[in-house]
This record gives sequence, C-alpha cells and structure tokens, in this order.
Amino acid sequence: MEPLKKNNAPLGWMGIHRGHQARPVEWLAEKLIFLVSLSAIAMVLLIFLFVAREALPVFFGETNTALVQQIIPTAELDKHSDAEIQRYLELTPEQFKNMDKETLKTLMDVKIEALNDVPENFRNDPDAHVNTTDWKYLLKAHQWNGYDQPEYIWQPVGQIKKFNIIPLFVGTLKVTLIGLGFAVPLAVGAAIYVSQLARPRIRETVKPMIEMLSGIPSVVVGVFALIVMASVLQKIFGYQTRLNAFVAGIALGFAVIPVIFSIAEDALTSVPRAYTQAALALGASRWQTSWQIVLPAALPGVFAAAVLGFGRAIGETMIVLMVCSASVMSWNVFDSARSITTTIAAEMAEAVNGGPHYRILFMLGALLFAATFVSNMIGDFVIHRFKNKLEGKR
Amino acid sequence: MNAPATKHFRTDKFDFWSFFFSGLTGLATLFILGILAAILVNVIYNGWNGLTWHFVSSIPKKDFFDAKTTGVLPMIIGTAFRVIVMTIFVIPVGVITAVYLTEYASNISIITRIIRAAVNNLAGVPSIVFGLFGLGFFINFVGKNMDNLLHNSSAVWGQPALIWASLTLAVMTLPVVIVATEESLKAIPPGLREASLALGATKLETIWRIVLPQALPGIMTGGILAVSRAAGEVAPILFTGVAYFMASLPGRLSDQFMDLGYHVFVLSTQSPNIEQTRPILYATVLVLLILTFALNIVAVIIRARVRKKLRAQS
Repeated sequence: MEPLKKNNAPLGWMGIHRGHQARPVEWLAEKLIFLVSLSAIAMVLLIFLFVAREALPVFFGETNTALVQQIIPTAELDKHSDAEIQRYLELTPEQFKNMDKETLKTLMDVKIEALNDVPENFRNDPDAHVNTTDWKYLLKAHQWNGYDQPEYIWQPVGQIKKFNIIPLFVGTLKVTLIGLGFAVPLAVGAAIYVSQLARPRIRETVKPMIEMLSGIPSVVVGVFALIVMASVLQKIFGYQTRLNAFVAGIALGFAVIPVIFSIAEDALTSVPRAYTQAALALGASRWQTSWQIVLPAALPGVFAAAVLGFGRAIGETMIVLMVCSASVMSWNVFDSARSITTTIAAEMAEAVNGGPHYRILFMLGALLFAATFVSNMIGDFVIHRFKNKLEGKR
Repeated sequence: MNAPATKHFRTDKFDFWSFFFSGLTGLATLFILGILAAILVNVIYNGWNGLTWHFVSSIPKKDFFDAKTTGVLPMIIGTAFRVIVMTIFVIPVGVITAVYLTEYASNISIITRIIRAAVNNLAGVPSIVFGLFGLGFFINFVGKNMDNLLHNSSAVWGQPALIWASLTLAVMTLPVVIVATEESLKAIPPGLREASLALGATKLETIWRIVLPQALPGIMTGGILAVSRAAGEVAPILFTGVAYFMASLPGRLSDQFMDLGYHVFVLSTQSPNIEQTRPILYATVLVLLILTFALNIVAVIIRARVRKKLRAQS
C-alpha cells in the first residue's frame, strides 16, 4: 500500500507547506508575527545606539570647552586639515560634511568673535586654557585655580565648567547601597516569612499587597520622603541637614523592596517540597528548615534578587531628585548626594543641544545603561542556572 | 504533607531561637505593609479636603501655586492623552510578540532566547535612559528628519511633543504587556488548541478565534499594568514632551502637555511657599494615586484569577 506522505510533504514556493491547499496567508502572518516580535531586540539596540551616538564626541575627545584657544584666522581655512577645522568648530563629522565653505567661514568668524569676547581676567587663568571634557579632568582630581588642593568637582555652570564625574559615582553608590542595605534584609525576611512560615491565607493576602507597593509612582514616594520621612528620621537620628543621602536611600529602599521581594519569594517557593519535608521529618523546626535548608538551596535566586534590585535602584530617578541633589564629594551618609540619574534629569533642560554638557549627560546615560545591562544579565543568568539546577537539567 | 502528621513528629521542646527568628521575619513583613499603609494614609488624610470638584475640573491660570484658583484638569487630560496614545502602540506589538513566543517559537531556538533576553533587559533599563533615548532617537533623529522632509526644516516634530513622550513610554512598557500576555496564553489548556486544529481550523484561525479571546483578561491585565506604570512615570517624559505650564489643552500630537506626575514634582520642589502649596500638593498626589492605584488593583485581581486558573491546570 502507498504510505501516506505526511512528514515529508513537498515544500512549495518559498517554504509554503502544501497540505490540502496552499496557505500563503498563514505563511505571511507567521513571518509578520515573527518580524514584530523582533521589535524588542530592535529597541534594546536602538536605545544603545542612540544614547551612545549622542555621547560619542566625549569618548573620542571631540568636545572642547577651553575658553582661550589658538585662533585660526578665517582666511587660513584651507591651510588646515578637515579634522582640525571640525574639531576647532566642535562639529560632528556628519554636520561637517553637510557644510559648504561659506557656512564654515561664517562659523569661524563667529568663533573668533566668541574667543575675543572672553573676559580679560580669564586670560591669565590656567583653567581657561584647558579642555575640561578631557578624560583627565572627568576622572581625576584637579587643582582648580583658587582651590587649595586637588578636588573632585561637578559644576557644569559658569565660565569654566567642571565636569568631574567621580562625585556623581560616589553619590549614586552611596544612595544605592543605603537603599539596598535597608531593602534586602526586609524584603528577604518577608519573603522567607511569606513563602515558608505563613499560613496560606496570610500568604494570599500579603503577596498582592506587597506587589501593590510597586504600583505607587516614585514621585509619590518622593513626596512622602520629602515631607514626612525626612522629619521623622531627623528626629530619630538627630543629624544636621534635613534632606540627605540617608533619607534618599531609605526612600529608594521602598521602591526596590517589591522587586527584591517578588524575585526572592519566587526562588524560595521553587525549592522542592521534598527538601522541606525531609528536614521536618528529621525533627527540625520550621525556622531551622527555612534557614538551614530552604534558604541555602535558594541562595542563587536570592542573590539574583539583590542584583536585580541593585539595577533598579541605580536607575531610580525621581525619588533622589526630590529628596537631595547637591553634588558633594563625601562618603558620609548624612551629607547630601547627587546621583547620575538625578544629574541627567535636573540638567538636561539647561544643557545646550549638542554642547559639551549635553554630550556628557548622554555619556552618563550610556554608562548607566551599561551598568544596568550588566546587572540584569548577571541576575537573569543566575536565576536561569538556579531554575535549571532545581529541575535537574544541566 | 498534612498538618496532623507534622504535629505528631515534632519535638515538644520549645525552641526559643526558632520562635525569635520566625518573629523577626514576620516583623519584616509587617514593617513593609506598614510602609504601604503609612504612605496611603498620609496621602489620603492630607489630600482628602483638597479634592473638590472645582479642583479636579478647573484649568489653572499662570500661577498654579495659588490654592484658591488652581486645578488639575489639564494635567489629568495630558496624562490620559499620553497614556492612551501609548496604549495604541504598545498593545498590538506586545501581544503579537507574546503570541510569537508562546504559539510559534521553539523554546530552544537561539532567536527566541535572544528575544527573551531583550525583553528582560528592556524591563530593567532605567526610566531616565528611556528619556534620553526619546530625546536622542525620536526627537533629534526621527523628528528632525521628518521636519527636513515635510516641513522645510521648520521645527514641528523635532521638538518635545506628546507623540514622542507616548512612544518613549510605549518602548518602556513593552515588557509589561509581553509578560502579562504570555502568562495568560500559557494558562489556556492545550486541549483547546488541539480541538480547534482537529476540527480543521488553521493555526492562525485557532489563535485569532480561540486563543486570543480566552487570553483577553490577561491582555487586559497587561494593558492596565502598563497604563498604571506609565501614568506614574515622570523621568521618561522630562525631555520628551512635558511642559511646566501650558495655557491651552493639548490638541495635536505635536503639542506639548502638562502632566500629573510632573506637576507633583513641580509643586513639591519649585513652590515659593511650601506650607501654602502643601494642600494642593497632597490633593494632586491623591488624584495621581487614585488613577494609578485603582488601575493597579483591578490588574492585581484579574492577575490573581489567571494565576489560579494556571495552578488548577498544572
């Protein structure tokens, strides 16, 4: 008897399967659905591409903030190379390409006028001769004119703009670590309670309520921290400045608790029941089982929760923006702090589109994106491994 | 394990440390719930009196710090407008991606794993970076090029606008919609699909007529969660469309708009007299919280039902 050709049905035009009839619509729909689903990948790439694109001139040293520069007379336009002129006029390569000679000459006239306009007292200031967007000034302490010792300063206003990003890094880390130090123990404790110790009915009510906390907009948490918490914490700890990194950190903790809680709770719940039953059968108490059996088994998941919480915390903007914003180079938790996100949010409106300040803010954004990208990758990777291990896969 | 059996095997000795540490974890849980309660009670208590019909329905003059004449109508409309435009973009893309991931893709193929990784990553990108992306991509690239082509280089689209803020938010909330839809698609019994296919329906017909209608609650949850997340976010719209003050309501997609969340920020940090603006600040916060929270609670309830269904199957 002729066997039914089922599995090796002939492939028609462009891979359309021919069963009872050709279905080009099905084929087309599948391809379209596939294309649309690629949009998530496209978006991640676009975000990286376009944030980095605006920041590129900083990475390549094409921005120049020096007030006093060697003047290139307009007549000498042809004597200098294209790259020199482009850098001199602070243009991006594509802007430069689109300009004809006349426009370049006008721009050079404007530039000369601007350079001649620099006030006399700046001419002798050594700081006015340097490009403050150079990596040396972005990362290392520099002895500015009028200061006693080398200092890290972020001060993007005034004639001489100081763009040292170290105070922003310190501020971000300070606020984030305070937030995590507050949120991780609370969230993991609650996760242990809810997943291991609580009765089912309590679990069913508490879980959605903690998830609800993540539904509170961050500006609302910010208002609460600004008005209520700042006063309460000042009364308890008795420090001087009312709004500081400590208050911002705790408020930040509120925002990341739900994130850490739900991931940690998920990890603890996915530990096989057999572990718990074995421990209880051997006479361990419920607490001993949770602490010595379940928690170690779920440790990778709990670690991942903390890492993902970290990613969320360094990216949080509005809370820190509302509670504290002065950029001070200090590790003291009761001093003010300015995080990277805050800086971008507060200063982007003042920054000239395409200017050095604008570029540096985009560079900070790119660094932030890279940091959260890495922490997300680590978190997801650890969770993936952990789940596979529990399921017995390798 | 059933309760009596455990009781039987448990030692009679009272273990102090077990009791102590169990209590600590319980306290941690209570503390978190306490934070939630404190924020809600504080906002409702302080904002309740300011929440009048006049406040919700009037358009403020230039000085919106004045408690007597101010109102939040333009902010409510602005927020609603940007969220609705966002939904139009994010729901189709999110649902189609989720359909691909659950119905078509094989779980081991490399492209599926990359899509999943991208979705996870998108969910973790800081909201301010989305703002920068909106400025760098939508305004400075797409908008400027549209102006060059359509409007002879005059600035119509190449500046902050409602459409750019909405699109930025759509990119941000894409993972929310994908994850929620995927969850509800997985909760649909495979038997339903098999029955449909056995009756001669094609895969596309099965998805369109059988799977998607069943998944509707989950899709709605995703949409609602995305809306409530987007309504409360301020950072992504800071440079992409929000205005400090506008005399008129936004009418076109290229207009700027006022926004509730941003208004809360302005009232709490830029006010000339903090004590005087506090009542309007709290009333505005209450309006924002009611909008986002009401949506959130609805989403949580629907989601709990979907999860129950999922658990009943497995």
